[in-house]
Amino acid sequence: MSETKKFLYVNRKAPYGTIYALESLEVVLIGAAFDQDVTLAFLDDGVFQLTKGQDTGGIGVKNFSPTFRALGDYEVTKLYVEQESLEERGLAAEDLQAVTYEDEDDDWAEKPSIHIVSRAEMADIMADQDVVLSF
Amino acid sequence: MKFGVVVSEGPYTHQAADTAYHFVKAALDKGHEVPRVFFYHDGVNVSTRLSVPPQDERHIQKNWTELAKKKGLDLVVCIAAAQRRGLLDANEAQRQGKDADNIAEGFRISGLGQLIEMGIQTDRMVMFGD
Repeated sequence: MSETKKFLYVNRKAPYGTIYALESLEVVLIGAAFDQDVTLAFLDDGVFQLTKGQDTGGIGVKNFSPTFRALGDYEVTKLYVEQESLEERGLAAEDLQAVTYEDEDDDWAEKPSIHIVSRAEMADIMADQDVVLSF
Repeated sequence: MKFGVVVSEGPYTHQAADTAYHFVKAALDKGHEVPRVFFYHDGVNVSTRLSVPPQDERHIQKNWTELAKKKGLDLVVCIAAAQRRGLLDANEAQRQGKDADNIAEGFRISGLGQLIEMGIQTDRMVMFGD
């Protein structure tokens, strides 16, 4: 299994209310062990998954948003968020938590993992993949 | 062509498990290969052997079990998703100290690595869900 494929995880649903977001993240974490080229996309209500200051105390469900900040340690460093989806929900870049990684090719400099892209750019990102998993 | 198939919605509530079944049958009939079908999210519920639908309705679990037997399909149920939802094979039931197991013949419980591996080893991954 030396072949490397481009895997895209498309996250389209809010973090709570349904289990899709959590179980998507579980696939990403397990999949990281397979040394594939991994990209995450956040669109529609999926953009809420990356918002900062999440507090799930009132609904008795685990807040898994801190796990996104650990993705860099799994060498998952490409998180694309769709600009139009943010705007449609009254969100902006500053509403998202900071997710960073240490770039081993650049003296371990800390770099942002989250990139905000237009809907057209997101389409190009999707078209460029080998395997697309939609959650 | 080699197809990897994912079923990510539960039986009867959602058509995904039926559509995936018809897709796999049609693909095999056309001479394609389906090395694995992976059941995730509520899709794991397809694998319970305790489902008893009315007699004039299709039996989704039996359809899959029979197709697996006939065509040698590898039906994999995600262990993490299955355990959350009360689906255990005999080994897991013993390990977790439970008094029953309910995975139907033709299905096997395994990890999410099997989903990634399927993506690597097939030409196309097709997801059936919402």
